[in-house]
Amino acid sequence: MSVPRVESLTELKRLANRLRIDIVRMIGAAGSGHPGGSLSEVELLTALYFRVLRHDPKRPEWPGRDRFVLSKGHGCPALYAVYAAAGYLDPAVLPTLRKLGSPLQGHPDKRMLAILEASTGSLGQGLSIGIGMALAAKMDQADYHVFVMTGDGEVQEGQIWEAAMFAPYHKLGNLTLIVDCNQQQLDDWTEKILSLEPLAEKFRSFGWRAVEIDGHDFEQVLPALEQARANPGAQPTAILAHTVKGKGVSFMENNIKWHGVAPKPDEVAKAVAELEAAAQQL
Amino acid sequence: MKATTTKFELKMGLATREAYGQALAELGRANPNVVALDADLAKSTYSATFAKDFPERFITCGIAEADMVSIASGLALAGKVPFASSFAVFLCDKAYDQLRMCVAYPGVNAKFCGSHGGISIGEDGPSQQAVEDFALMCSLPGFVVVCPADEHAARALVHRMAEHVGPCYMRTGRPKVPVIYNAEEKFEIGKAKVHGSGRDAAIVACGLEVGYALQAQAQLEEEGIHARVLDMHTLKPLDDAAIAQAARECGALVTAEEHVLDGGLGARV
Repeated sequence: MSVPRVESLTELKRLANRLRIDIVRMIGAAGSGHPGGSLSEVELLTALYFRVLRHDPKRPEWPGRDRFVLSKGHGCPALYAVYAAAGYLDPAVLPTLRKLGSPLQGHPDKRMLAILEASTGSLGQGLSIGIGMALAAKMDQADYHVFVMTGDGEVQEGQIWEAAMFAPYHKLGNLTLIVDCNQQQLDDWTEKILSLEPLAEKFRSFGWRAVEIDGHDFEQVLPALEQARANPGAQPTAILAHTVKGKGVSFMENNIKWHGVAPKPDEVAKAVAELEAAAQQL
Repeated sequence: MKATTTKFELKMGLATREAYGQALAELGRANPNVVALDADLAKSTYSATFAKDFPERFITCGIAEADMVSIASGLALAGKVPFASSFAVFLCDKAYDQLRMCVAYPGVNAKFCGSHGGISIGEDGPSQQAVEDFALMCSLPGFVVVCPADEHAARALVHRMAEHVGPCYMRTGRPKVPVIYNAEEKFEIGKAKVHGSGRDAAIVACGLEVGYALQAQAQLEEEGIHARVLDMHTLKPLDDAAIAQAARECGALVTAEEHVLDGGLGARV
């Protein structure tokens, strides 16, 4: 097994920074895409693929692998960049994002990219898919863990609450939901569209173990994910990760405009320059 | 094959939904990876027959069809062969996006059964009657869509669905239906059963309408009109060759189904 582990915090931060550059460049080259929600999830994905998940890029179909389902499919540029960094993908395909025939479709498409655990993009479905995988693991007495990431706006979908009822009742301690709480959705701030709060209380009342963390701080992200992965109990875990939409690029941070708009070439250059400067500080 | 009037004496058999449950339990015995799911209608869809024998492989999802379909997808992606059932109208209409995105588009090997298809469910009324499910399911890429005419067809087609790698949908019915076939009859996905070789008319039917079509065939025969009946148990992929042959050889083509005109068997023919 060749798990690409990155041990030091500084290296993890550098990797996250590099992934952000990849993401901005990919979406810039594509001319469309979702930079805001891709940049908000970078530390979470980096921690998963380089520290927490039991996986092997050389054997993507290994039955014992941990599963990660990106339910917020529009955040896929970050996942593709992580796949490339982890050795699942040739980095040379990253610039083909969203191109006709590319394995890197605008939303994750398992027919085009088999290493994806599921096709997603219609919000609200990934948690249920993860439940199916977690149930299969229990039936097979397999010890893999299933992680699912949704957005916070996505939690407005009714299916999420069907699934939220199901998982604790079926004692799926081998399932973890990560909510990328970047506080914004397409039209506006989530609290202005349809308030979710108190979200942790909602999950707890449904029977989940809910924890809240800063989703950009590896010192909070790593223990939260590791504890969820090692969960010996029957309660599924919900990690509410508070993040900043567009994180790492000053003009994108918390700016609703960047939910689903690609940066133009000069904006890509500006963003990359900023990120490279930030890397010097790490 | 010669058309006869003996079809009037068809013996009443099981409802296709009941045969579905029996076949599912048979599959459960043969394949430990077969799992069944239901959305609180197991006693009506007869997935309860499987549940009784294999409680550890039966997942009752509550009244949550969308969740059930996506869970079935996850189970299939993890190597299980899930059969998920509910009333056809709730399964197909409520969970259509999940059938599309979690099953059809990625080509996931999950199987679905919508019971209480058509208007023959009777007094419960339109909220429970599926008359659009063929249109919905046939428009999903890669889905096999079947509708058996009797218990033997239902049993055989459940086994064919399990053998087929890819998404499948079966519509079953609520009422008991006449026995048309014997238990040994072989069914193949996409291959119509042709009853008789009359050249005056062809009745293309599916589900419980096949029994009625055979009755009509016998009545017509007494009036000197020689009809044939095509049991189109597979709506997708459609047996184009059998339809083309019937159209070439017969003076008239009539379709019979429990479905709205748009997008059902008639529209496909």
